[in-house]
Amino acid sequence: MSINKDEIKYLSLLSRMDIDKNEIKDIEEKLTKIIDFVDQLQTISTDNIEPMAHPLNQSQRLRIDEVTETNDRENIQKNAQQIEKGMYLVPKVID
Amino acid sequence: MFQRLSINMPNSQIHNMTLVELKKALNEKNLSSREITETLLSRINDFDDSVNSFITMTSDQAIKEAMEADKKIANGDQTNLTGLPFAHKDLFCTEGTLTTCGSKMLHNFIPPYDATVVKKLKNAGVIMLGKTNMDEFAMGSSNETSYYGSVGNPWDLKLSPGGSSGGSAAAVAARLVPAATGTDTGGSIRQPAALTGITGIKPTYGRVSRYGMIAFASSLDQGGVFARSCEDAALILGEMAGLDELDSTSSAEKVPNYLESINHPIKGLKIGLVKQHFEEGLDEENKKNLLSAIDTLKSQGAEVIEIDLPNIGLSVPTYYVVASAECSSNLSRYDGVRFGHRTENYENLEEFYSKTRGEGFGAEVKRRIMTGTYVLSAGYYDAYYLKAQKVRQLISQDFKNAFEKVDVIAGPTTPSPAFELGAKMDDPIEMYLNDIFTIGANLGGFPAMSIPCGFVNNLPVGLQLVGKHFGEESLFQCGHQFQQLTDWHKQTPDQFK
Repeated sequence: MSINKDEIKYLSLLSRMDIDKNEIKDIEEKLTKIIDFVDQLQTISTDNIEPMAHPLNQSQRLRIDEVTETNDRENIQKNAQQIEKGMYLVPKVID
Repeated sequence: MFQRLSINMPNSQIHNMTLVELKKALNEKNLSSREITETLLSRINDFDDSVNSFITMTSDQAIKEAMEADKKIANGDQTNLTGLPFAHKDLFCTEGTLTTCGSKMLHNFIPPYDATVVKKLKNAGVIMLGKTNMDEFAMGSSNETSYYGSVGNPWDLKLSPGGSSGGSAAAVAARLVPAATGTDTGGSIRQPAALTGITGIKPTYGRVSRYGMIAFASSLDQGGVFARSCEDAALILGEMAGLDELDSTSSAEKVPNYLESINHPIKGLKIGLVKQHFEEGLDEENKKNLLSAIDTLKSQGAEVIEIDLPNIGLSVPTYYVVASAECSSNLSRYDGVRFGHRTENYENLEEFYSKTRGEGFGAEVKRRIMTGTYVLSAGYYDAYYLKAQKVRQLISQDFKNAFEKVDVIAGPTTPSPAFELGAKMDDPIEMYLNDIFTIGANLGGFPAMSIPCGFVNNLPVGLQLVGKHFGEESLFQCGHQFQQLTDWHKQTPDQFK
């Protein structure tokens, strides 16, 4: 199955990731190869097989819902490029 | 304060010593941690321009910690690994030290906390010399997708050391550091260990905490270790492993004393040889080495049984659906707001995200995110993702059936020895097929190890041993006994002797 230019653009939109115009052809070729390759999976019957959810078939371990972390905002926000009064700055979302 | 017996223990030999030997020399006060640390730092300074195995050096901190370690040893307050030199793959978060994951996206990320593995090893006493190079977000099999440049294979610097933990493997192989962490999602510890002639183990899924390990594919990722012998790897894994409340997938299974179990004889141990491994893709010389390694194990009384993994041929396509899907989800966190790269030119929020991610990720990471987005998208989910999880179940079941008959499965780690840098970068499928023998263990969560078992065209190749869930002891036992009878693991590339 081949993946066309429009699909690449749609995937770029879905994953919120800009693709350079010069990259499109290369991505188109390589993604088509990858999808063709994984299409081998269709050759085997998996009727009545449970999809695998965990390598050890374990269920999620839970803990008591209690506060274990103290507020470490200042330290954590050291990694942000733009903050103001303890808030993360993003482009305007609501008019 | 330290009595240095430089006649018995010249500094020129420090880089050739294993962790176990260094530990003995420290405890007997024949060497100080400061001497060891300074010797290796200067060696890295001399050699790493050509290898490029480190992204960040933590030299000042290391010397300071080494001096503290020496005080502890002098006072008899040492812990299991006090004063021993070590390096971490740049995928493990280290508090206060740059952690890039090989990506431009994290070129400025200084974690506010330590990964559990880092913390445990620090508590055990290791001295971190620096953070090692790797494929971007651990996506690659050649270390060429790193934003910080490719890594050279110490056996021939024009060749790839493998990936994604190529920096850790090359640093250990070039005798820059005796051991280092790695992570393995589809073979990223075992393949570089094989291609650089060292020992590398990926434990059972859940054996080692993933807290603070930057996520690629969460159901497959597992941290492990590179060393120059099984004994050293056993020493380190014993300190890394165990339940962690901060990782709900880490296992409560008791951590055995690996150093004790390595000495058990392998008489009567049942070793499985996979029929399918010999059918295609395996280099002839590689096959000869493998069979000779099996003969060595047989000579110690191990019993060899042929086993069948009928669905193993589908492991690579299964992996590329599951891993890509999980990666596209995990990497959605890189939005430029809270940490990491942030674009400078944007009109609105949509553009802000798209530009940040478009600029921050490299080509291979973008391909995997797009593959993952595709297989999870409406209309394709059942055909790809769900199907792959079902095939994964079949592959895992094949291994479980085999483990009813055998204790350990032995086989090749890679189809061929190290390849030239650049040779496979244009063909993703050819690159992916490098992991054909290693991926099965990740899909089923089984522990697996690669140990050096010979040379092909003067380049090292590995013997892979896969064990039952939490069967690390059998791997160490088998590997250590093999290393008592062979000296492949002691071979050193000429220019790094």
